[in-house]
Amino acid sequence: VHFTVFYRGFDSSPSIMPVEFISPEGLRLDGRRFNELRKVSCKLGVVSKADGSAYVEQGNTKAIVTVYGPREVIRKAQAEHDRAIINCEFGMASFSAMHRKKSGRPDRRGIEMARLIQQTFEAVVMTQLFPRTQIDIFVQILQSDGGQLGACMNATTLALIDAGVPMRDYVCSVHAGCIENTPLLDINHQESMAHGPDMPVAVLPRSGKICLIQMDAR
Amino acid sequence: MSFAHLQIVTPGEVITTDTSFLRGHGTYTGSSGELIASVAGVVERVNKLLTVRPLRSRYVGEIGDIVIGRVIEVLPKKWRMDIHARQDGILMLSAINLPGGVQRRRTVSDEMNMRSFFQEGDLVSCEVQQFYQDGSMSLHTRSLKYGKLDNGVLVAVTPSLIKRSKTHFQMLPCGVHVLLGNNGYIWVSPPLPEAAAVMEADDAAAA
Repeated sequence: VHFTVFYRGFDSSPSIMPVEFISPEGLRLDGRRFNELRKVSCKLGVVSKADGSAYVEQGNTKAIVTVYGPREVIRKAQAEHDRAIINCEFGMASFSAMHRKKSGRPDRRGIEMARLIQQTFEAVVMTQLFPRTQIDIFVQILQSDGGQLGACMNATTLALIDAGVPMRDYVCSVHAGCIENTPLLDINHQESMAHGPDMPVAVLPRSGKICLIQMDAR
Repeated sequence: MSFAHLQIVTPGEVITTDTSFLRGHGTYTGSSGELIASVAGVVERVNKLLTVRPLRSRYVGEIGDIVIGRVIEVLPKKWRMDIHARQDGILMLSAINLPGGVQRRRTVSDEMNMRSFFQEGDLVSCEVQQFYQDGSMSLHTRSLKYGKLDNGVLVAVTPSLIKRSKTHFQMLPCGVHVLLGNNGYIWVSPPLPEAAAVMEADDAAAA
Protein backbone atom coordinates (compact mmCIF):
# COMPACT_ATOMS: atom_id res chain seq x y z
CA VAL A 1 0.00 0.00 0.00
CA HIS A 2 1.36 3.44 -0.92
CA PHE A 3 1.12 6.53 1.15
CA THR A 4 0.94 9.95 -0.33
CA VAL A 5 1.05 13.38 1.22
CA PHE A 6 -1.98 15.60 0.60
CA TYR A 7 -2.17 19.28 1.40
CA ARG A 8 -5.54 19.81 2.96
CA GLY A 9 -7.47 23.06 2.71
CA PHE A 10 -5.78 26.46 2.83
CA ASP A 11 -3.63 26.01 5.90
CA SER A 12 -1.09 23.86 3.94
CA SER A 13 -0.77 21.44 6.83
CA PRO A 14 0.12 18.02 5.44
CA SER A 15 -2.07 15.06 6.09
CA ILE A 16 -1.01 11.52 5.26
CA MET A 17 -3.59 9.21 3.72
CA PRO A 18 -3.21 5.78 2.21
CA VAL A 19 -3.92 5.77 -1.54
CA GLU A 20 -4.76 2.72 -3.57
CA PHE A 21 -3.23 3.29 -7.00
CA ILE A 22 -4.49 -0.06 -8.19
CA SER A 23 -7.55 -1.54 -6.51
CA PRO A 24 -7.83 -5.29 -5.93
CA GLU A 25 -10.13 -5.44 -8.97
CA GLY A 26 -7.41 -3.87 -11.12
CA LEU A 27 -8.90 -0.36 -11.39
CA ARG A 28 -6.78 2.78 -11.17
CA LEU A 29 -7.70 5.98 -9.37
CA ASP A 30 -9.73 7.26 -12.31
CA GLY A 31 -11.35 3.91 -13.02
CA ARG A 32 -9.10 2.85 -15.91
CA ARG A 33 -7.40 -0.50 -16.28
CA PHE A 34 -3.62 -0.71 -16.49
CA ASN A 35 -3.53 -0.55 -20.31
CA GLU A 36 -6.23 2.00 -20.98
CA LEU A 37 -5.63 5.47 -22.37
CA ARG A 38 -7.37 8.60 -21.20
CA LYS A 39 -9.94 10.21 -23.44
CA VAL A 40 -8.22 11.98 -26.33
CA SER A 41 -9.66 14.84 -28.35
CA CYS A 42 -7.98 17.16 -30.82
CA LYS A 43 -8.76 20.13 -33.01
CA LEU A 44 -6.75 21.55 -35.89
CA GLY A 45 -6.57 25.12 -37.09
CA VAL A 46 -7.53 26.74 -33.80
CA VAL A 47 -5.23 29.75 -34.36
CA SER A 48 -6.12 31.20 -37.75
CA LYS A 49 -3.16 33.58 -37.95
CA ALA A 50 -0.57 30.82 -37.65
CA ASP A 51 0.51 28.58 -40.53
CA GLY A 52 -0.61 25.59 -38.48
CA SER A 53 -2.06 24.96 -35.04
CA ALA A 54 -3.52 22.15 -32.98
CA TYR A 55 -5.21 21.71 -29.61
CA VAL A 56 -4.99 18.32 -27.90
CA GLU A 57 -6.67 17.07 -24.76
CA GLN A 58 -5.50 13.85 -23.14
CA GLY A 59 -7.68 13.38 -20.11
CA ASN A 60 -7.25 16.59 -18.13
CA THR A 61 -3.98 17.56 -19.79
CA LYS A 62 -4.53 20.25 -22.43
CA ALA A 63 -1.88 21.49 -24.83
CA ILE A 64 -2.00 23.98 -27.69
CA VAL A 65 0.74 24.25 -30.32
CA THR A 66 1.18 26.86 -33.06
CA VAL A 67 3.59 26.45 -35.97
CA TYR A 68 5.00 29.23 -38.14
CA GLY A 69 6.94 28.40 -41.23
CA PRO A 70 8.93 27.42 -43.04
CA ARG A 71 9.69 31.11 -43.22
CA GLU A 72 12.65 33.42 -43.65
CA VAL A 73 15.24 33.09 -40.90
CA ILE A 74 15.07 36.02 -38.49
CA ARG A 75 18.66 35.81 -37.26
CA LYS A 76 20.82 35.48 -40.37
CA ALA A 77 23.73 34.00 -38.44
CA GLN A 78 21.66 30.95 -37.55
CA ALA A 79 20.59 30.15 -41.12
CA GLU A 80 21.69 26.79 -42.48
CA HIS A 81 22.55 26.74 -46.18
CA ASP A 82 21.16 23.27 -46.82
CA ARG A 83 18.20 22.81 -44.47
CA ALA A 84 15.57 24.47 -42.31
CA ILE A 85 16.27 25.08 -38.62
CA ILE A 86 13.59 24.22 -36.08
CA ASN A 87 13.02 26.50 -33.09
CA CYS A 88 10.82 25.39 -30.27
CA GLU A 89 9.53 27.39 -27.31
CA PHE A 90 7.72 25.68 -24.49
CA GLY A 91 5.61 27.36 -21.84
CA MET A 92 3.24 26.29 -19.12
CA ALA A 93 0.41 28.68 -18.41
CA SER A 94 0.49 30.08 -14.88
CA PHE A 95 -2.94 28.56 -14.24
CA SER A 96 -2.07 25.11 -15.63
CA ALA A 97 -0.78 23.32 -12.53
CA MET A 98 -2.10 22.79 -9.03
CA HIS A 99 -0.41 25.91 -7.69
CA ARG A 100 -0.22 29.17 -9.60
CA LYS A 101 3.18 29.68 -11.15
CA LYS A 102 4.68 33.13 -11.32
CA SER A 103 5.53 32.99 -14.99
CA GLY A 104 8.76 34.79 -15.73
CA ARG A 105 11.86 33.44 -17.34
CA PRO A 106 11.40 29.96 -18.83
CA ASP A 107 12.62 27.48 -16.22
CA ARG A 108 15.09 24.68 -16.80
CA ARG A 109 12.40 22.07 -17.26
CA GLY A 110 10.72 24.17 -19.93
CA ILE A 111 13.98 24.62 -21.81
CA GLU A 112 14.60 20.87 -21.62
CA MET A 113 11.11 20.07 -22.94
CA ALA A 114 11.58 22.51 -25.80
CA ARG A 115 14.92 20.96 -26.68
CA LEU A 116 13.44 17.44 -26.65
CA ILE A 117 10.61 18.46 -28.97
CA GLN A 118 13.05 20.24 -31.28
CA GLN A 119 15.40 17.28 -31.50
CA THR A 120 12.58 14.83 -32.12
CA PHE A 121 11.08 16.81 -34.96
CA GLU A 122 14.42 17.59 -36.54
CA ALA A 123 14.61 13.88 -37.29
CA VAL A 124 11.07 13.63 -38.65
CA VAL A 125 10.50 16.86 -40.59
CA MET A 126 12.10 16.89 -44.04
CA THR A 127 14.18 19.97 -43.35
CA GLN A 128 16.49 19.48 -46.34
CA LEU A 129 13.67 20.64 -48.64
CA PHE A 130 13.78 24.22 -47.30
CA PRO A 131 17.28 25.65 -47.09
CA ARG A 132 17.74 29.00 -45.35
CA THR A 133 14.40 28.92 -43.56
CA GLN A 134 13.19 28.34 -40.03
CA ILE A 135 10.21 26.54 -38.57
CA ASP A 136 8.94 27.96 -35.26
CA ILE A 137 7.00 25.72 -32.89
CA PHE A 138 5.31 27.37 -29.91
CA VAL A 139 3.99 24.94 -27.31
CA GLN A 140 1.74 25.99 -24.45
CA ILE A 141 0.28 23.80 -21.71
CA LEU A 142 -3.11 25.11 -20.64
CA GLN A 143 -3.82 22.43 -18.05
CA SER A 144 -1.42 19.79 -16.77
CA ASP A 145 -2.44 16.48 -15.28
CA GLY A 146 0.53 14.30 -16.18
CA GLY A 147 1.82 13.31 -19.59
CA GLN A 148 2.71 16.83 -20.70
CA LEU A 149 5.54 15.82 -23.03
CA GLY A 150 3.35 13.20 -24.68
CA ALA A 151 0.49 15.61 -25.26
CA CYS A 152 2.92 18.21 -26.64
CA MET A 153 4.45 15.75 -29.11
CA ASN A 154 1.02 14.73 -30.38
CA ALA A 155 -0.14 18.32 -30.65
CA THR A 156 3.06 19.35 -32.44
CA THR A 157 2.62 16.56 -34.97
CA LEU A 158 -0.91 17.74 -35.74
CA ALA A 159 0.12 21.38 -35.92
CA LEU A 160 2.92 20.59 -38.39
CA ILE A 161 0.50 18.55 -40.52
CA ASP A 162 -1.96 21.47 -40.41
CA ALA A 163 0.79 23.80 -41.61
CA GLY A 164 1.61 21.54 -44.57
CA VAL A 165 5.18 20.88 -43.43
CA PRO A 166 6.45 17.64 -45.04
CA MET A 167 7.17 14.91 -42.49
CA ARG A 168 8.16 11.27 -42.73
CA ASP A 169 5.43 10.06 -40.42
CA TYR A 170 3.28 10.98 -37.42
CA VAL A 171 5.02 11.19 -34.04
CA CYS A 172 2.83 9.40 -31.50
CA SER A 173 3.70 9.72 -27.87
CA VAL A 174 2.42 8.55 -24.49
CA HIS A 175 3.73 8.20 -20.95
CA ALA A 176 4.13 4.91 -19.11
CA GLY A 177 4.73 4.24 -15.43
CA CYS A 178 5.08 1.39 -13.01
CA ILE A 179 3.48 1.23 -9.55
CA GLU A 180 3.43 -1.83 -7.28
CA ASN A 181 5.11 -3.89 -10.01
CA THR A 182 2.29 -3.13 -12.43
CA PRO A 183 3.08 -1.25 -15.65
CA LEU A 184 0.58 1.54 -16.29
CA LEU A 185 -0.23 3.26 -19.57
CA ASP A 186 -0.83 7.02 -19.83
CA ILE A 187 -0.22 7.98 -16.23
CA ASN A 188 -1.77 11.10 -14.80
CA HIS A 189 -0.15 13.57 -12.41
CA GLN A 190 -0.97 11.68 -9.22
CA GLU A 191 0.40 8.43 -10.60
CA SER A 192 3.58 10.13 -11.77
CA MET A 193 4.16 11.46 -8.24
CA ALA A 194 3.92 7.99 -6.70
CA HIS A 195 7.65 7.36 -6.41
CA GLY A 196 7.65 5.28 -9.56
CA PRO A 197 9.13 5.93 -12.99
CA ASP A 198 7.60 8.23 -15.60
CA MET A 199 8.64 7.15 -19.06
CA PRO A 200 7.58 9.17 -22.11
CA VAL A 201 7.98 7.26 -25.37
CA ALA A 202 7.52 8.67 -28.88
CA VAL A 203 7.35 6.40 -31.94
CA LEU A 204 6.87 6.67 -35.66
CA PRO A 205 3.98 4.24 -36.17
CA ARG A 206 4.64 3.17 -39.76
CA SER A 207 8.16 1.94 -39.13
CA GLY A 208 7.86 1.36 -35.40
CA LYS A 209 11.02 3.40 -34.82
CA ILE A 210 11.39 5.04 -31.45
CA CYS A 211 12.33 8.69 -31.73
CA LEU A 212 12.26 9.58 -28.04
CA ILE A 213 12.52 7.58 -24.86
CA GLN A 214 13.27 8.99 -21.46
CA MET A 215 12.80 7.98 -17.87
CA ASP A 216 12.20 10.26 -14.89
CA ALA A 217 11.60 9.23 -11.33
CA ARG A 218 10.36 11.36 -8.50
CA MET B 1 -19.75 17.71 -57.46
CA SER B 2 -18.74 14.38 -55.96
CA PHE B 3 -15.47 14.05 -54.09
CA ALA B 4 -15.45 10.26 -54.03
CA HIS B 5 -12.68 10.07 -56.63
CA LEU B 6 -10.28 12.16 -54.54
CA GLN B 7 -7.69 10.22 -52.59
CA ILE B 8 -6.82 12.01 -49.36
CA VAL B 9 -3.65 10.97 -47.58
CA THR B 10 -1.76 11.97 -44.44
CA PRO B 11 1.99 11.77 -43.73
CA GLY B 12 3.33 8.24 -43.60
CA GLU B 13 0.54 6.74 -45.70
CA VAL B 14 1.59 4.52 -48.59
CA ILE B 15 0.15 5.90 -51.82
CA THR B 16 1.25 3.09 -54.10
CA THR B 17 3.69 0.19 -54.08
CA ASP B 18 4.12 0.39 -57.86
CA THR B 19 7.71 1.51 -58.37
CA SER B 20 7.14 2.75 -61.91
CA PHE B 21 5.61 6.03 -60.71
CA LEU B 22 7.68 9.20 -60.55
CA ARG B 23 7.94 10.94 -57.21
CA GLY B 24 6.56 14.49 -57.10
CA HIS B 25 6.13 17.10 -54.38
CA GLY B 26 4.66 15.91 -51.12
CA THR B 27 5.94 12.35 -51.45
CA TYR B 28 9.05 10.35 -50.68
CA THR B 29 10.17 6.78 -51.36
CA GLY B 30 10.25 4.16 -48.66
CA SER B 31 12.77 1.39 -48.15
CA SER B 32 11.24 -1.00 -50.67
CA GLY B 33 10.51 1.60 -53.32
CA GLU B 34 6.91 2.36 -52.34
CA LEU B 35 5.67 5.93 -52.61
CA ILE B 36 4.73 7.50 -49.25
CA ALA B 37 2.96 10.80 -48.63
CA SER B 38 4.80 13.42 -46.59
CA VAL B 39 1.99 15.97 -46.27
CA ALA B 40 -1.73 15.78 -45.64
CA GLY B 41 -3.54 16.46 -48.87
CA VAL B 42 -5.00 15.21 -52.12
CA VAL B 43 -3.15 12.85 -54.43
CA GLU B 44 -2.78 14.22 -57.95
CA ARG B 45 -1.65 12.10 -60.85
CA VAL B 46 -0.38 13.37 -64.19
CA ASN B 47 0.61 10.38 -66.35
CA LYS B 48 3.33 8.73 -64.31
CA LEU B 49 3.95 11.62 -61.90
CA LEU B 50 2.34 11.41 -58.47
CA THR B 51 2.20 14.45 -56.22
CA VAL B 52 0.32 15.24 -53.05
CA ARG B 53 -1.12 18.74 -52.95
CA PRO B 54 -1.20 19.88 -49.30
CA LEU B 55 -4.48 21.20 -47.92
CA ARG B 56 -2.72 24.25 -46.48
CA SER B 57 0.63 25.63 -47.42
CA ARG B 58 2.55 28.83 -47.85
CA TYR B 59 2.73 30.23 -51.36
CA VAL B 60 4.78 28.04 -53.70
CA GLY B 61 5.43 30.03 -56.83
CA GLU B 62 5.73 29.30 -60.51
CA ILE B 63 7.47 31.41 -63.12
CA GLY B 64 5.00 33.89 -64.57
CA ASP B 65 2.83 34.21 -61.48
CA ILE B 66 1.59 37.64 -60.51
CA VAL B 67 2.32 38.38 -56.86
CA ILE B 68 1.83 41.34 -54.57
CA GLY B 69 4.75 41.92 -52.26
CA ARG B 70 5.52 44.29 -49.45
CA VAL B 71 8.99 45.81 -49.28
CA ILE B 72 10.74 44.76 -46.09
CA GLU B 73 14.27 45.94 -46.66
CA VAL B 74 16.25 48.04 -49.13
CA LEU B 75 19.57 46.38 -49.95
CA PRO B 76 22.34 47.35 -52.38
CA LYS B 77 20.76 47.17 -55.87
CA LYS B 78 17.76 45.14 -54.70
CA TRP B 79 14.67 45.12 -52.52
CA ARG B 80 13.63 42.27 -50.22
CA MET B 81 9.86 41.64 -50.39
CA ASP B 82 7.47 39.71 -48.19
CA ILE B 83 5.33 37.58 -50.51
CA HIS B 84 3.93 35.16 -47.91
CA ALA B 85 6.13 32.36 -49.24
CA ARG B 86 8.68 30.25 -47.45
CA GLN B 87 11.38 32.74 -48.30
CA ASP B 88 11.29 36.44 -49.12
CA GLY B 89 11.27 37.47 -52.75
CA ILE B 90 14.04 39.58 -54.28
CA LEU B 91 13.30 42.48 -56.64
CA MET B 92 16.46 43.58 -58.40
CA LEU B 93 17.04 47.21 -59.32
CA SER B 94 17.70 46.10 -62.89
CA ALA B 95 14.29 44.37 -63.00
CA ILE B 96 12.02 47.38 -62.43
CA ASN B 97 10.51 49.83 -64.86
CA LEU B 98 12.03 53.26 -64.50
CA PRO B 99 9.53 56.14 -64.29
CA GLY B 100 8.67 57.45 -67.71
CA GLY B 101 9.26 54.04 -69.23
CA VAL B 102 12.78 55.01 -70.28
CA GLN B 103 15.14 52.14 -71.05
CA ARG B 104 18.68 52.82 -69.87
CA ARG B 105 21.39 51.34 -67.70
CA ARG B 106 21.00 51.87 -64.00
CA THR B 107 23.47 54.50 -62.85
CA VAL B 108 25.09 55.03 -59.50
CA SER B 109 22.57 57.76 -58.75
CA ASP B 110 19.77 55.22 -59.30
CA GLU B 111 21.46 53.02 -56.72
CA MET B 112 21.67 55.87 -54.25
CA ASN B 113 18.04 56.85 -54.77
CA MET B 114 16.40 53.45 -54.52
CA ARG B 115 13.99 54.72 -51.91
CA SER B 116 12.59 57.14 -54.48
CA PHE B 117 11.27 54.07 -56.35
CA PHE B 118 10.13 51.80 -53.50
CA GLN B 119 10.43 52.31 -49.76
CA GLU B 120 10.02 49.95 -46.82
CA GLY B 121 6.33 49.18 -46.40
CA ASP B 122 5.34 49.84 -50.03
CA LEU B 123 3.13 47.34 -51.82
CA VAL B 124 4.33 46.36 -55.27
CA SER B 125 2.67 44.14 -57.85
CA CYS B 126 5.21 42.09 -59.77
CA GLU B 127 5.75 38.88 -61.68
CA VAL B 128 7.91 35.90 -60.76
CA GLN B 129 10.91 35.88 -63.09
CA GLN B 130 12.96 32.92 -61.93
CA PHE B 131 14.00 30.85 -58.93
CA TYR B 132 17.31 30.92 -57.15
CA GLN B 133 19.15 27.74 -56.15
CA ASP B 134 17.77 27.76 -52.60
CA GLY B 135 14.18 28.14 -53.77
CA SER B 136 13.70 31.89 -53.24
CA MET B 137 12.02 33.89 -56.00
CA SER B 138 13.36 36.65 -58.20
CA LEU B 139 10.66 39.18 -59.13
CA HIS B 140 10.34 41.83 -61.85
CA THR B 141 8.02 44.70 -62.73
CA ARG B 142 8.99 44.93 -66.37
CA SER B 143 5.56 45.92 -67.67
CA LEU B 144 3.37 48.95 -67.25
CA LYS B 145 0.71 46.93 -65.49
CA TYR B 146 3.05 46.21 -62.56
CA GLY B 147 4.44 48.68 -60.09
CA LYS B 148 3.72 50.36 -56.79
CA LEU B 149 0.16 50.04 -55.49
CA ASP B 150 -1.46 52.88 -53.68
CA ASN B 151 -4.93 54.09 -52.82
CA GLY B 152 -6.60 50.78 -52.07
CA VAL B 153 -7.04 47.92 -49.60
CA LEU B 154 -5.00 44.72 -49.26
CA VAL B 155 -6.87 41.50 -48.40
CA ALA B 156 -4.80 38.47 -47.41
CA VAL B 157 -6.20 34.97 -47.97
CA THR B 158 -4.61 31.56 -48.14
CA PRO B 159 -2.81 31.02 -51.49
CA SER B 160 -4.64 27.80 -52.29
CA LEU B 161 -7.84 29.78 -52.85
CA ILE B 162 -6.42 31.67 -55.84
CA LYS B 163 -6.81 29.70 -59.04
CA ARG B 164 -4.34 30.31 -61.84
CA SER B 165 -6.09 32.02 -64.75
CA LYS B 166 -5.22 34.13 -67.76
CA THR B 167 -6.11 37.49 -66.25
CA HIS B 168 -5.53 38.37 -62.65
CA PHE B 169 -6.57 41.96 -63.12
CA GLN B 170 -10.34 41.98 -62.81
CA MET B 171 -12.90 44.76 -62.97
CA LEU B 172 -15.95 43.98 -60.89
CA PRO B 173 -19.35 45.15 -62.20
CA CYS B 174 -19.71 47.50 -59.23
CA GLY B 175 -16.79 49.56 -60.55
CA VAL B 176 -14.03 48.17 -58.34
CA HIS B 177 -10.65 47.06 -59.65
CA VAL B 178 -9.33 43.82 -58.13
CA LEU B 179 -5.85 42.39 -58.54
CA LEU B 180 -5.65 38.73 -57.47
CA GLY B 181 -2.10 37.90 -56.53
CA ASN B 182 -1.22 34.21 -56.76
CA ASN B 183 0.36 34.44 -53.32
CA GLY B 184 -2.98 35.11 -51.67
CA TYR B 185 -2.66 38.90 -51.45
CA ILE B 186 -5.59 40.63 -53.15
CA TRP B 187 -5.54 44.34 -53.96
CA VAL B 188 -8.87 46.15 -54.11
CA SER B 189 -8.81 49.68 -55.49
CA PRO B 190 -10.83 52.23 -57.44
CA PRO B 191 -10.49 51.88 -61.22
CA LEU B 192 -7.45 53.60 -62.70
CA PRO B 193 -7.52 54.83 -66.30
CA GLU B 194 -3.99 53.73 -67.23
CA ALA B 195 -4.50 50.28 -65.68
CA ALA B 196 -7.72 49.92 -67.65
CA ALA B 197 -5.89 50.77 -70.87
CA VAL B 198 -3.23 48.14 -70.18
CA MET B 199 -5.93 45.55 -69.37
CA GLU B 200 -7.71 46.27 -72.64
CA ALA B 201 -4.46 45.85 -74.55
CA ASP B 202 -3.88 42.54 -72.74
CA ASP B 203 -7.39 41.29 -73.55
CA ALA B 204 -6.93 42.27 -77.19
CA ALA B 205 -3.61 40.43 -77.33
CA ALA B 206 -5.08 37.34 -75.65
CA ALA B 207 -8.12 37.28 -77.94
